[in-house]
Amino acid sequence: MIVPRKKLTFWERLFLPAFWAGFKVTWRHFVNTLFRRRNAAVVTAGGYYPEVPWTVKEGYRGAPYLVKDQEGRTKCVSCQLCEFVCPPKAIKITPPGPEVDPTTGNVEKRPKEFEINMLRCIFCGFCQEVCPEEAIFLMKDYSLNGQSREEMIYNMEKLLALGGVHQDPIMKWKKKALEAQKQEVFNPERKE
Amino acid sequence: MDWFNNLTAGQQFALFSAVKILGVFAVLMFMVAYVVLLERRLCAAIQDRVGPNRAGPGGIWQPIADAVKSFLKEDFMPAHVRRVWYWLAPAAVMIPGLVTVAVIPFGSQIGQQKMVIADLNVGILYTFGIVSLGVYGIVLAGYAANSKYPFLGGIRSSAQMISYEIAMGLSVIPVLMLAGDLNLSRLVAAQTGWLASWLPLPNWMVFQSPMTALAFLIFLAAAFAETNRLPFDLPEAEQELAGGYNVEYSSIKFALFFMGEYANMIAASAMMVTLFFGGWTLPWFGLDQPAQTVGMGILHILIFLAKVAVFMVFFIWVRWMLPRFRYDQLMDLGWRRFVPLGLANILAMALWLWWRAGA
Repeated sequence: MIVPRKKLTFWERLFLPAFWAGFKVTWRHFVNTLFRRRNAAVVTAGGYYPEVPWTVKEGYRGAPYLVKDQEGRTKCVSCQLCEFVCPPKAIKITPPGPEVDPTTGNVEKRPKEFEINMLRCIFCGFCQEVCPEEAIFLMKDYSLNGQSREEMIYNMEKLLALGGVHQDPIMKWKKKALEAQKQEVFNPERKE
Repeated sequence: MDWFNNLTAGQQFALFSAVKILGVFAVLMFMVAYVVLLERRLCAAIQDRVGPNRAGPGGIWQPIADAVKSFLKEDFMPAHVRRVWYWLAPAAVMIPGLVTVAVIPFGSQIGQQKMVIADLNVGILYTFGIVSLGVYGIVLAGYAANSKYPFLGGIRSSAQMISYEIAMGLSVIPVLMLAGDLNLSRLVAAQTGWLASWLPLPNWMVFQSPMTALAFLIFLAAAFAETNRLPFDLPEAEQELAGGYNVEYSSIKFALFFMGEYANMIAASAMMVTLFFGGWTLPWFGLDQPAQTVGMGILHILIFLAKVAVFMVFFIWVRWMLPRFRYDQLMDLGWRRFVPLGLANILAMALWLWWRAGA
């Protein structure tokens, strides 16, 4: 391909128009950034950590946290599916023994301990997908940091605190409780 | 003060010179460090970024952090370099920038002391002699690296610097013809007062005649080329030469090249202020007369520094205004535009002075 090299006019060869045009562009950007605080980080919401946090988009896969239901109970039933599916083996669940915790009401198997090693987690979202109880979600938290490796292993208490309450419309345990109550009232097994 | 009065004149001179040298060196190094910060913040603003603002309010400790970092980085020396020259090159870049300021009158006087380290009668010639030494650093760096790209970079930038040296030298001659002096202090003295009673312009060299204005423009362009600043920053051609003359350098040696560049920028700005913009003078409130008090003397130094700072901002700003010149365009501009223009400028000045003398 032959690129035609246009001869520059005298005016162009003086570089003064280019100079002026360049000044206009740079001045506009300079004023916008310095006096109107319109830098790229702000304009694109791309963030300018930590003053202007990055706007996390919908569907972002951040850190996985445990959630509670509306009545403040842990939704996790320690079925250990997430532990099984987790590709980097970041999740470690300690299921409860045979004794039942009376404070958790009718929830069957509240985990004794639930740990996620955030150093191992690859934020794939498999735990969220596999969870039958909708108890674990990948949240928008992208800023995970700690002073030591131990600090990066989040225990159940921390995960629940970070996860908060999940306002799901299903309310499985409430319905289970109602079912149980009904069975108390009408039980075909019971001989009167 | 007895001990001081007992000193001989020579000892007093040595003492004052030492104080002035230390003072100028300290201020210059401070400016080198903070021009880097200024450049980074200004560039960031122009490019819609924020720039360094973590170390201290507005990033004012950033130069210190940078310096510590440069010293702590691994000083890697490739096995194939020519050792002696490799060690000398960064210093050879740095020294001319520092030495040039010796003849610049950076203020009028404090007490009986003239605020210039060496009030040479051939001040401007000295400057050009020293400035052209800066090319040795770059050539040495390219040669010492003992590999292709740095060598090409060194050769290339030396060609550039030598070419523009000539344009620069020619551009100043009209100013010297008009002032009739090579001494920079007397050059400043020739720029005091107002241009004319009916024209509200200071009597600075740029405004004195069209020839000196043109001389300033040529000098400015040549200064950009001499200090390797955009649009003439060919020594740092990343795309073509993987970085040019400084490829094989690391840590503080690498930093020295850039400190040298900034020192050269400051020296060039100081030269332009002295030659064309009236040095430490301002036409108002009698600020163009040598200071009688210490306060006025310091004020003169501050005026000078402020003028230099304006030029530094200009240097930085131009970096984003114009794209980099191609190498042949650069040489073309230097040899086929500026050199003839400078010669014609000298001729025009001579004719005008001749006509004025005859009239």
